[in-house]
Amino acid sequence: MLDKEIMEKLAALVGQDNILTGKMDRLTYSYDATADLPRQMPDVVVLPTDSNMVQAIVRFARKHRIPIYPRGAGTNLSGGTVPIKQGIVLSFQKMNRILDVDPANLTAVVQPGVVIGALNAAVAPHGLIYPPDPGTVATATMGGSAAENSGGLRGLKYGVTKNYIMGMEVVLANGDKVRFGGKTVKNVTAYDFATLFIGSEGTLGIITELTAKLIPAPRFRRTMTGAFSTLADAGNAVAGIIAAQVIPATLEIMDRMTIQTVENFAHIGLPTEAEALLLIEVDGMSADLVQAETEAVIQVVRDNHGDLCTAETDQERDQLWTARRNALPALASLNNTVILEDATVPRSRITDMLVACEQIGKKYNLALGTFGHAGDGNLHPTILCDKHNKDEMARMHQAVDEIFQVALEFGGTLSGEHGIGMAKMRYLGNELGESGLNLIRTIKESLDPDYLLNPGKMVPAHEV
Amino acid sequence: MTETTTATRPNKTYHDELAIIRAELDKCMKCGNCMAVCPVYGVERKEAAVTRSKVAVAQAVLDGDLELDDPEVYEMAFNCLVCKSCMINCPTKVNFDRIMLALRAALVRKNGLPWLKKMIFSTLRHPKLFDAGMRLGATMQSLVFRSEKESRAISPRSPFALAGGAIGFDAERKLPGLNSTPLREQVPEVVRVTNPVASVAFFTGDSLNYFYPEAGRDLIEVLTANNIEVHIPKGQNCCGVPVLVHGDIDTVRTLARNNIDIFEATGCDYLITGCGSCGGAWQHDYSELLANDPVYGPKAEKWAKQTYDISTFLTRIIRLRAPQGRIDKVVTYHDSCHLKKSMGVAVEPREILRLIPGVTFREMSAPDTCCGSGGSYVLTHFQTASTIGRKKAEDIDRTGAETVSVGCPACMMQLLDNVHRFGAYQEVTHFISLLAESYRREKN
Repeated sequence: MLDKEIMEKLAALVGQDNILTGKMDRLTYSYDATADLPRQMPDVVVLPTDSNMVQAIVRFARKHRIPIYPRGAGTNLSGGTVPIKQGIVLSFQKMNRILDVDPANLTAVVQPGVVIGALNAAVAPHGLIYPPDPGTVATATMGGSAAENSGGLRGLKYGVTKNYIMGMEVVLANGDKVRFGGKTVKNVTAYDFATLFIGSEGTLGIITELTAKLIPAPRFRRTMTGAFSTLADAGNAVAGIIAAQVIPATLEIMDRMTIQTVENFAHIGLPTEAEALLLIEVDGMSADLVQAETEAVIQVVRDNHGDLCTAETDQERDQLWTARRNALPALASLNNTVILEDATVPRSRITDMLVACEQIGKKYNLALGTFGHAGDGNLHPTILCDKHNKDEMARMHQAVDEIFQVALEFGGTLSGEHGIGMAKMRYLGNELGESGLNLIRTIKESLDPDYLLNPGKMVPAHEV
Repeated sequence: MTETTTATRPNKTYHDELAIIRAELDKCMKCGNCMAVCPVYGVERKEAAVTRSKVAVAQAVLDGDLELDDPEVYEMAFNCLVCKSCMINCPTKVNFDRIMLALRAALVRKNGLPWLKKMIFSTLRHPKLFDAGMRLGATMQSLVFRSEKESRAISPRSPFALAGGAIGFDAERKLPGLNSTPLREQVPEVVRVTNPVASVAFFTGDSLNYFYPEAGRDLIEVLTANNIEVHIPKGQNCCGVPVLVHGDIDTVRTLARNNIDIFEATGCDYLITGCGSCGGAWQHDYSELLANDPVYGPKAEKWAKQTYDISTFLTRIIRLRAPQGRIDKVVTYHDSCHLKKSMGVAVEPREILRLIPGVTFREMSAPDTCCGSGGSYVLTHFQTASTIGRKKAEDIDRTGAETVSVGCPACMMQLLDNVHRFGAYQEVTHFISLLAESYRREKN
């Protein structure tokens, strides 16, 4: 706990309106959206209003060796924002201004607290979109999603956050403020700093401004579903669509358990006898192209014995999407604890991974449903358990270990879009090896030698 | 947890014991989807303002990590409009209103009611005293308030505006004037028609009785124009929502039992409301509050099924006679939280407005965002409520409508103030008054 004198100095530095010190307020910053993680109250929450204030806070914290936990909306799913070693939570809820929308250069400049959905609303009148589309798009912030390198439903065709950040302002652990990148499409000056800070999960520096790349909004789209009686057919259809050289904007999958749970939850007429359901959306700037891609997809689904359903109106499209959007809440309504993983494999191994998840669920006698972004290999095996049942929680942990082990065996990765945070730190060496961990630590220690930025996350510190 | 039958009536409800709400708390994943729609969070931009944090605080109180008499907990619990927007957006369907009401009731059990609330609420238990107070208020209001020439709205006179500025009673404040003759005194207890097709009991609530009696008369007029006999029992009292949201469970139960007795006595098949809060009380709150009452519990459940908003009754139970009188106005409609989110009424008022010849209906960009009223929230948290109201007024402005129609008198008061402060002085009216006006113009 910080002593009274330090707290008073900090309050004077940021102003009473921008600091929260009461127990109740601190409690509300002790968690994020990740289930089954330890909670910890910070000593203090500060809500800076500009980057100079961030700089002042970082310098103050460094002088007094206080950990800093940067935080956007706290919707992350890997424990990235839990202030596990107490100290300062640096919340960007008040730095939420869109500074510039530039249709000529297809860019927008934003403060880190801008909600992704708000940016999309601001650029829509120009016929533009900011494509990264995480499930929490209406809540999650630009700074948080850049720090976590979040993905979403449009990842297959449009990529993830790292493909859309062209420049930044960052406050480093030593208090320096650096700016790099900007509105130029080509920029190869020096190291690719944006890539370094995107996905750094707040461990290397604090993002205080972002230049985002926008693209013209696709004018045409078609949405369809395919219901399959075997996982293999569904997996082959995914591979077949890519092999037919169609890159859908969205190519989502739900397994049998998810289909049945969603149907029980929302009653929207899903094929509950199917083993797997694909939700496919193609989009583009020309009607002809979208029609050609639609026909190719229909052929592939039929070739793989799928039952096809095509949305002819916006209303029908919404109905199909409702099914996908209901997947998580429907599963979550089954029990009090939702463990949502994002194990990711090369898309050719989707079928293998789906089968493996199903078997792991059976092996540990757990309610496990899998849905996710089949097109980019990013699956969400989701385990429902009762936090009051110790035995079940133990089996859940074993199952999660095994899911990640299998994903790595298939040439996959620990995270497709949620990041490492606290939740997956212990697996990091399995993917990167000791040399990889050393590289991470080398970079961390050269920028933040005292481990003051988001300590306890992603980077396993050397034993002292 | 509220689906109780007579056979399994619980000893206590969540209104009596906070621990009962634990299963509801468990449903919250802390996903933060509530942040996108919480009007208070939209203004204050800090975690304690948003729903998932209030769930976490309730959990901490139950776990003994926070104390019920912590002033921060008290302030947080009352910094909520109970607009239920978060519940509509909640993926796991957490019944947050129950959590909030359980928490507030627990706070009141532990700390008692603040003296001012105690004084005001105790008058509600004595309808005659309350009624006398409201009438006295109507007579005295000209001392404190000046009347507007062009409307019935009143504003604080300057010495009072100076003192009341902090809670929004500044010189700009617009309020509906109290009526010296309340609605229930203006009309007979039964309004008969020549060939009745049904008879309904009209629960007026306080707002239609004291502040907007003309809207109440319009509602009765519309019913009789459709050959419906209307009972307006004089002994009815406040629905109790204003005290329920302050955790005064004893008072609301007393009010609920009295209302049930009075409406049982009418022998009517339907209970009609013109206010989302009153209707929500009859449809949901009474049966939850009285779940452990062997006598009134089943009666409350019965009335829950027989209660309809006036718009639902007109469009779903009977088929209202299409109005013929022209009203050449551009009209928009504000979805009151309790009407849409408690009673599920949103389509019906729009159907009615579209039936009126001459009305051009224009939708707001976000018609169902809260206006910031929240009953007494506008008094206790004027700054936040006003910022929320400003957004609403701006949305109303963008439609170009000259009239904003509403189905809840509490919203009418808040909108009246906000369209004057931040809007273009739009007319604020209950949708039923537009329908009544159209019927009246048929005769001309």
